[in-house]
Amino acid sequence: MTRPVYLDYNATAPLKPAVIDAMTAALSECGNASSVHRFGRLVRRAIEAARDEVAALVGAEARQVIFTSGGTEANNLAIRAAGAGRRILVSAVEHDSVLRAVPGAEIIPVDARGEVDLAVLQAKLEDDRRPALVCVMLANNETGATQPLALVTHLAHAHGALVHCDAVQAAGKMAIDATRLEIDTLALSAHKLGGPQGIGALIVRDHIELHPMLLGGGQERGWRAGTENVPAIRGFGVAARLAREELPAMQALGALRDVMEQRLRRLTPDVVVLAPGAGRLPNTSCVALPGVLAETQVMALDLAGIAVSAGAACSSGKVRSSHVLRAMGNSPDIAGSAIRISLGWRTAPEDIEHFVDAWTTMVARIRGNQHAARVIPVPAA
Amino acid sequence: MATVPQATVVKKTSGSNLPKRPVYLDYQATTPTDPRVVEAMMPYFVEKFGNPHSRNHEHGWEAEEAVEKARKQVAELIGADEREIVFTSGATESNNLAIAGVARFYKDRKDHIVTLQTEHKCVLDTCRHLEMEGFKVTYLPVKKDGLVDLDVLRNVITDKTVLVSVMAANNEIGVIQPLKEIGELCRARGVFFHTDCAQAFGKIPLDVEAMKIDLMSISGHKIYGPKGIGALFVRRKPRVRLVPLIHGGGQERGFRSGTLPTPLCVGLGAAAEIARREMADETAKLLKLRDRFYKSVTSRLPEVYLNGDMEHRLPGNLNLSFAYVEGEGLMMGIKDLSVSSGSACTSASLEPSYVLRALGVTEDLAHTSLRIGFGRFTTESEVDYAADRIVEAVTKLRQMSPLWEMAQEGIDITKIQWAAH
Repeated sequence: MTRPVYLDYNATAPLKPAVIDAMTAALSECGNASSVHRFGRLVRRAIEAARDEVAALVGAEARQVIFTSGGTEANNLAIRAAGAGRRILVSAVEHDSVLRAVPGAEIIPVDARGEVDLAVLQAKLEDDRRPALVCVMLANNETGATQPLALVTHLAHAHGALVHCDAVQAAGKMAIDATRLEIDTLALSAHKLGGPQGIGALIVRDHIELHPMLLGGGQERGWRAGTENVPAIRGFGVAARLAREELPAMQALGALRDVMEQRLRRLTPDVVVLAPGAGRLPNTSCVALPGVLAETQVMALDLAGIAVSAGAACSSGKVRSSHVLRAMGNSPDIAGSAIRISLGWRTAPEDIEHFVDAWTTMVARIRGNQHAARVIPVPAA
Repeated sequence: MATVPQATVVKKTSGSNLPKRPVYLDYQATTPTDPRVVEAMMPYFVEKFGNPHSRNHEHGWEAEEAVEKARKQVAELIGADEREIVFTSGATESNNLAIAGVARFYKDRKDHIVTLQTEHKCVLDTCRHLEMEGFKVTYLPVKKDGLVDLDVLRNVITDKTVLVSVMAANNEIGVIQPLKEIGELCRARGVFFHTDCAQAFGKIPLDVEAMKIDLMSISGHKIYGPKGIGALFVRRKPRVRLVPLIHGGGQERGFRSGTLPTPLCVGLGAAAEIARREMADETAKLLKLRDRFYKSVTSRLPEVYLNGDMEHRLPGNLNLSFAYVEGEGLMMGIKDLSVSSGSACTSASLEPSYVLRALGVTEDLAHTSLRIGFGRFTTESEVDYAADRIVEAVTKLRQMSPLWEMAQEGIDITKIQWAAH
């Protein structure tokens, strides 16, 4: 078997070497950032340097960065804080950590491309003048489709609403300027951009009132109690700096991805590339092979040494078709037969070669085997 | 014997002007990560980087397997089933989740919580927040030795009490509460028993069955594991139900959403495993060091007061008040010792410790208290060095203190009528 090919960067990305170095150094040091003694002060300084880097990645101020245990906590915290006393409007393609953060959220539909329906949003904001929090992600984890955040914030603010943006997948894959976009709260995760798991951040603009979810020692200016996860924070800082510096390389992956999709289309004319068009993360491809269960494809590719996924990692393994793909108006057949291929900092053209080869073999085996594959039942919605 | 991590090495700098690395005696604030733990974690940072929730490829499986092994290692240390362990971002989250989670789930039937005045801030803050939500909270005082009075506890439990939250070992004074007795009391009254074991897990024997514990909060970085990881033990039989704090992908059986940080879980598991194997030896070693330090200081200094009971106490903890010195002066005098004047979270504030106040320690003595924490990498020479520095500093400060002079002359300072200025 050839070397394993990892194409599941949207689930988690391998750590970058410089991140590992920074974390290894931090792991062999000791200190609680809240301690007054020298061990504590050194740790405090390292945390603040990382905060600067994270802020710089998304065009925010360091004081606006609240470190959390990850993207899920950041999304929950944002909705708890910015959403306090407000009705919550969420796009239909949000991550579960937004959709399920609080009960009773109102759904804003999306179009076939996955873009939020601004007319519906406007109508919802006009029909009900109670203050609202609008949650729209910057880029979708399953399809890579980006959202017109500038328009969303403009519309929301005109109606006195706040905007929370889940930028967990977008960060490091596209330029982000949270200040210019006037996003009120923005969630980030380190492990999607080559940093460690177990750390994320919420960018909180100055006018958002303190509303902590974890209470206790008063760390993170009272926003998030708990001893700071120093090695992870330092790793996040380095990963954020690298992501900013290496953004051009990330964008160049878009060409590789496009070539891959063209080849898949040529090999298998009936494949469906989901959320095509300009507004998509350069690293993400969501491709449906109608009539063939996504799980079957993922297993076949895994046997060939290629790691891709069927939908989001947190829900993969559960037999349930993607709420994202269904919200975009796809049939259960398309939604149930779509796999996600996501590229990242270590992906080389050879990896894509291997993938296309394995795909070709897989399709030949399934399709060559008469039309049996076409009658594989697709799970009902 | 493990190599000593850098943080605890006292560099020999004789003849040079380089500042020495301070001696680390703040093991209740945080501990250096054991090199063996770091070693166990490394592969999961480097080649085994998968998302443990990716269920359909090898990268995900090997991460999941590692997480499940760690879960087992944690469970084993407290006599639990691995299905009863929920990974969290740390003990603060575990405490928040346990207390608010149980309170909110059972709020239709019961609305009363009992805890101690000496609990960690994250327990107290969560309780205060629940009071705003309409719950009633009893903050029990403790005895002079820092221990809960079981009769008092028995009397405050009512039919409306849903939860008793009593920490196993205190973070400032190290006293160990009678968990078994509390557990029995709670079980007999049909009340859930939560215990914050951030300081006790891995340091003293804990058994959720024998102690009838329903919920236990666990921290990684207090037991030579990594920061950013903790766990909550949630009993299955009789089942304890919780409203989760963090919602989303439904990881950790819905108790706690969010991608599990595989390397950190592995680190916590490895740290638990080491603690289980070495607890007995380590306890003996720490008791020896503590005894050596305590004798060294008290044999040379009068008017040193131990805060909290000595018998029921973490082996690596001392909390001492030095009469007739001024707190900040003392801290300045022992700059090359990393000790703390309270808990880390509140050490930046000059308020005297609420824990010591709850013990009835006077404000003066509370201000001059030091928490001295010994740990796995503490050496005899560090202990001797620290004792010398403290004796020196206290002696010097007392020589400059008029109060000390008066006390030496037999004047009772508390009886003096100070002139108004």
